[in-house]
Amino acid sequence: MSSNVQLAERKFIIGGFFCLIILIYIFRLFYIQVIDDQYVLAARNNALRRMTEYPVRGYIFDRTGKLLVQNEPSYDLMIIPKETKGCDTLALCAVLQMTKEEYLRRYKKACQAPNSPRKESVFEKQMSAPTYAALQEKLYRFNGFFVQKRTVRKYPRPIAGHLLGYVGEVTKEKAEKDQYYREGDYIGVTGVEKSYEVELRGKKGVQLAITDVHNKIIGRYMNGKYDTLAIPGKPLYCSIDMVLQEYGEKLMKGKKGAVVAIEPATGEILAIISAPSYDPNLLVGGKERSRNFTKLYYDSLNLPLFNRALTAMYPPGSIFKLIDALIAQNDGLINRTTTFPCAMGYPPMGGKPKCHAHGGGKSLIGSIAVSCNSYYSYVFREIVDQKKYPNFLDGYNHWRETVKTFGPGTRLGTDLPYDKPGNVPSVEYYNKVFGKNGWRSNTIVSLGIGQAELLLVPLQMANVVATIANRGFYYTPHSIKGVGNERALDKRFKEKHYVGVQNQEAYTNVIDGMQGALEPGGTAYTNRLKDIIVCGKTGTAQNPHGKDHAVFLAFAPRDNPKIAIACIVENAGFGNTWSAPVVTLMIEKYLKGKTERPEVEKRMLEANLIDPKIVVKSANR
Amino acid sequence: MRGEQNNIFAGADRLTIITYVLLVFLGWLNIYAAVYNEEHQNIFDTTQKYGKQLIWIGGATIIAVCILLIDANFYTTFSYGFYGFFLLANVLVLFLGREIKGSKSWFRFGDIGIQPAEFMKFAASLALAKFLSNSTIIVNPNFRLRLKDVIKNYRNTFYALIFIVLPLIIIKFLQNETGLAIVFIAFVIVLYREGLSVNFLIFGILAAILFVVALIVSQITSLIIALAVICAASFLFIPRNKKSLIMVLLVFGGASGVVFGTNYVYNHLEPHQKVRIDVLLGRGTVNLKKEGYNVNQAKIAIGSGGFFGKGYLQGTQTKYDFVPEQDTDFIFCTVGEEWGFVGSTCVLFLELFLILRIIFLAERQRSDFSRIYGYGVAAILFFHVGVNIGMTIGLMPVIGIPLPFFSYGGSSLWAFTILLFIFVKLDANRLLILR
Repeated sequence: MSSNVQLAERKFIIGGFFCLIILIYIFRLFYIQVIDDQYVLAARNNALRRMTEYPVRGYIFDRTGKLLVQNEPSYDLMIIPKETKGCDTLALCAVLQMTKEEYLRRYKKACQAPNSPRKESVFEKQMSAPTYAALQEKLYRFNGFFVQKRTVRKYPRPIAGHLLGYVGEVTKEKAEKDQYYREGDYIGVTGVEKSYEVELRGKKGVQLAITDVHNKIIGRYMNGKYDTLAIPGKPLYCSIDMVLQEYGEKLMKGKKGAVVAIEPATGEILAIISAPSYDPNLLVGGKERSRNFTKLYYDSLNLPLFNRALTAMYPPGSIFKLIDALIAQNDGLINRTTTFPCAMGYPPMGGKPKCHAHGGGKSLIGSIAVSCNSYYSYVFREIVDQKKYPNFLDGYNHWRETVKTFGPGTRLGTDLPYDKPGNVPSVEYYNKVFGKNGWRSNTIVSLGIGQAELLLVPLQMANVVATIANRGFYYTPHSIKGVGNERALDKRFKEKHYVGVQNQEAYTNVIDGMQGALEPGGTAYTNRLKDIIVCGKTGTAQNPHGKDHAVFLAFAPRDNPKIAIACIVENAGFGNTWSAPVVTLMIEKYLKGKTERPEVEKRMLEANLIDPKIVVKSANR
Repeated sequence: MRGEQNNIFAGADRLTIITYVLLVFLGWLNIYAAVYNEEHQNIFDTTQKYGKQLIWIGGATIIAVCILLIDANFYTTFSYGFYGFFLLANVLVLFLGREIKGSKSWFRFGDIGIQPAEFMKFAASLALAKFLSNSTIIVNPNFRLRLKDVIKNYRNTFYALIFIVLPLIIIKFLQNETGLAIVFIAFVIVLYREGLSVNFLIFGILAAILFVVALIVSQITSLIIALAVICAASFLFIPRNKKSLIMVLLVFGGASGVVFGTNYVYNHLEPHQKVRIDVLLGRGTVNLKKEGYNVNQAKIAIGSGGFFGKGYLQGTQTKYDFVPEQDTDFIFCTVGEEWGFVGSTCVLFLELFLILRIIFLAERQRSDFSRIYGYGVAAILFFHVGVNIGMTIGLMPVIGIPLPFFSYGGSSLWAFTILLFIFVKLDANRLLILR
């Protein structure tokens, strides 16, 4: 009997065991239902399908309202492999003109990671209009396939490829980093398409639909409470003048180099040309885009994808004398009447740097007009070795820092991607090259005439001439007038940047000299214009890559300047021969609408300076 | 007095019956939610599972009433008869049944399917109760270690085990219904209540732990070494004589056997069973889209319910077929998602209350038969609840057994109803039994 009583006690153990297990379950339930919220997220992911509505990308206009970039509808054929049961595969292959093997290859691809048999992925990218039309008719027979509408870019004029950039598929890394993008989305890759991506792209619309385990859509989630409409991209008003841009590109055809034109009063870029260029329509679409891109990318002779206007660093040559003249006057070292000797070269260094026959030692105005090398070797030394700085290194740093206020040696901070800073060599650099105390102002005197290690990108050259036209300040060059109908513009582009030279008389003298360059005896006399006063400066930049680069910069008209422009033609020779005509023709075009020098225009349009047989390495990259 | 005796509910435990009705009703509501279909919104639509369940419920009610009408002695008298009948049915189904999902365990009568294995549970409970009420399995603690004495002491335990193991073998190995077969293990609880030595349970639990550890630890040899070290160390704390040395060696041998056996058993499991164990123990890489799908989706459904749930018929996971078998084995997912933590806990408490109530009732029985049968009912119900809910919340491997009174299905509902109501009848009859 006692054993029976003992056994009866076991009911507590059994009941307790039951309670314990249930208690453990309740704790577990509390954890997964109340504490851990990963399941809530997973559930939402499970049951909701996000259907994307792609917005129309913003149009791009030029400064006069002409259309530069528009959109064309494009149709991607999407597949959800799990739903293709009963699809008329043969008919589909016939419409798409693909073989059965190709179909199976793509089907398999759509099933494998990162795609999923239950999720949609692109089967055929950007179908042609006829294909789409044919497909649309039979789409009901193609289970598991549907058409996703998107838009692609279209360029009415084949110009400004470098400026506008192109739109391409987003990279995997970007898609992982940026929540907005999903793999397969499009994104601006270069140019203003990249700079103003956020404004241009608009906002994708999302429709949430509830799906079952087979990913079939069952209904709208919360009756569309969380759905959003696609917001179209904002229109972009470019600052470039389409006519000027197109004209400049025509003039630069057959040449390598760059032209940058800026409106000095605003810093707006009127034209930005990198030659050789390419038709932006080539970089549209899926298959064709990659084929054309490859072709352009591997054109090592012309490097058409290389945006010289922003990234090619050239020795500026004689145009740099303008900055020297301004700094020396500002420091009170020279004035309008100052002369320096010239003996076909710079006498203290035994006639190096060399100069050309221009008839005697010139005053400041004449030295600019005839571009005397000896004069600016002296000027450079005056600045570096001035009494104010007992140590010439301080003098050099003073020169360097003042030069940098004009832009060279720093990135200008334009809105276009990938501009290079150029180079104004530092004291440390020369200490390394020549050894400490191993160099004097004379050692580096060719910096004064824009040679040696001095390097500028064409945009900086144009900025220098715009600064001179403005007599001491510039606006950061930018490529747009504004975004959207309100023409919104970043306030940093409305900010005046004052350079290190504010002596107004110095500017008058330099501008007189630049005007003189296009007057009798001046280096660019042959490119004078009849009724527009152009102030310019030639440059013939020696470079380690072959024949001299032809450089010219100018602004016009002299009073109330409307355009400041710089041009460089690689390995072409004299600045006056090849660059000045481009600049002056573009000034005529911009200010008057046409040229009065048809023979110059004809010569420039026909000139082909690219010798396909000679591979010359283009400028420093 | 006379009128009361005519009432079939006379003496029947009201709490038990109310809990039962509540569970069945909640189950039906959740089946409706789980297979909810906008085209068939009528809950009485008999083309749908919830309509059919209503028919099953109607059938169960009739069965319950019949059981209460029949004299209690009928069950005690024909215990072995039931056992034999259903054992035969379980064998016959192999020849007469229709194959569904690789197992031949269903009799088909037109549209209706009956699974005899479900009814084996109550038959085995009756038979076990009958056997144990006439013979003791209590072991004399001081018996001498001689073959004759061992046989004398353990013979009844062995017979009792046969009542349990026989249907288990038939259902597992002949019908290939692992879930239905494994339930019979629950009768160990009954044996424990009736005097099975605690040592057996401890050894069983230790062996189970060792089994799991052996599955998790990949290095079998290092596990054996660890066991050897433990055994050697334990030698320090026990009297060092020949007898204890033999004991330690026996324990070590047994443990090693379990470890090696683990590998053998695991390797001879069917692929899906291996996967279920892997999923539970987190062995290897579990692909949530394939083998881990069920459990993961079940957890998502329950976990996304939150504290108060998404509301009735508002569960996106169960409603849209993300959870497989959501009306039968995974019905608890619907509860978890739509009724939240509050609802899940209520259901758990209801089931627990019913089980504890049965234990309470069993303990007040005058006859051993009724008590033992009651424990059989409690054990079977608890096993189902524990395993079924445990698998949906990822604490048990996936074993296909229904949640008592909740899951869709006529066989299981009827079988549980019979199981429970025989006990209710026995309990109602308790005062008429003379000790």
